[in-house]
Amino acid sequence: MSAEAVTADPGHVADEGGHDEHATTTGLSHTKLAMWVFLGSECLLFGGLISTYLLYKTRGNGRTLPTDVFDIPFTSVSSFVLLMSSLTMVLALSAVTRGEAEAGRTWLLATALLGGVFIGGQVYEFTSFVREGVAFTTNPASSAFFTLTGFHGVHVSLGIVMLMSLFVASLKGKLTQRNAETVEIVGLYWHFVDIVWIFIFTVIYLIPAD
Amino acid sequence: MSDTATSEHSEPEADEVAEHHDEEGHAHPSDWAYVKIAVVLAVITALEVFTYFESVVDWGVALVPSLIFMMIVKFYLVATWFMHLRFDNKLFGRMFTAGLILAVGVYLVTLTVFEFWV
Repeated sequence: MSAEAVTADPGHVADEGGHDEHATTTGLSHTKLAMWVFLGSECLLFGGLISTYLLYKTRGNGRTLPTDVFDIPFTSVSSFVLLMSSLTMVLALSAVTRGEAEAGRTWLLATALLGGVFIGGQVYEFTSFVREGVAFTTNPASSAFFTLTGFHGVHVSLGIVMLMSLFVASLKGKLTQRNAETVEIVGLYWHFVDIVWIFIFTVIYLIPAD
Repeated sequence: MSDTATSEHSEPEADEVAEHHDEEGHAHPSDWAYVKIAVVLAVITALEVFTYFESVVDWGVALVPSLIFMMIVKFYLVATWFMHLRFDNKLFGRMFTAGLILAVGVYLVTLTVFEFWV
C-alpha cells in the first residue's frame, strides 16, 4: 500500500478498486472488531444472569414469585417497541451512510425515544411488581429477576445516552458520512440489547415456569 | 492489506442488492429490505404472544420448542440483517459467535450440574 493511497482520514486507505479500507493489520476497523469482541463477552454476562434466574425462578420462600405477577400483554408491547427501535436504528445508519444528515438525526432521535418508552415501561412494571409484593429482596426469584432485567435496563439507558450524543454531534455538524462507522458501532450495541431482550422475553416471560 | 480480510464476506442476493456501500466497500440492503425484515420480526413476535393465550389455541407439548424456534429466528434475523453479519467480514461474526457458543456451553453445563432439567 503506497503512502499516496492514504486518505485525509489517517485511519483509512483506498485500495486499487477505489474502496476505502482501514489501515490496520487486518484491513478491518479495529474499533468495530473490538465492539464485536465486547458483545461476545456480554453474552457471558447475560448468560450468567439468565441462568441464575432459571435456577432460582421457583424459589419464592413462600412469598409471591415474579411469574405470578407478570403482565404479558404489557411486556409484549414493550418488546415490540424495542424491536422496532432496531429498525429505526438501522435506518439511521443507512441515512448517515448516504450522507443524509437530517434523516439520520430523525431516526436517531426516534430510536432514543423508543428506547425511552421501553425504559418507561420497565419502570412501570417494576413499580407495579413492588406494589403487588414482589420487591428486590422478597425472595431469591425476585432478586434474580430484578438483577437480570435491571442490568438489561441499564444497558438500554446507556444506549440512549450514546444515541443522544450522536444526535447532538449531528446537530453540531460533526456526524457526517465520513464517520458513519461511529453510528454503526452504537447501532451494534443497540441491536445487541434488542437481541438480549428477544431472549429474555421468550425464556423468562413466555415459557411457562413449571 | 490482508487478502482474507477483503474476500471473506458473503454475497448478498441479487434482489436485495444494496443502495449503498459502507466504508469497507460492503454492500448493504435498501431501507425497504430493512422494513420487510422488521415486518417479519413483528409477525413472529405476534405469534409468540399468541401462544400466551391458551384459550385460543392449546399448543401442548409443541409450546416450548415453538417458542425457542421463533426466538432463534428473531435472533438470527436481527444479527444477520440489522447487525450486518450477513454482509460484513466473517471475522466479526466469528468474534461474536465465539462468545455466544462459550456462554451457551458454560451455562448449559451449569444448569445441568444444578439439575435444572430434572
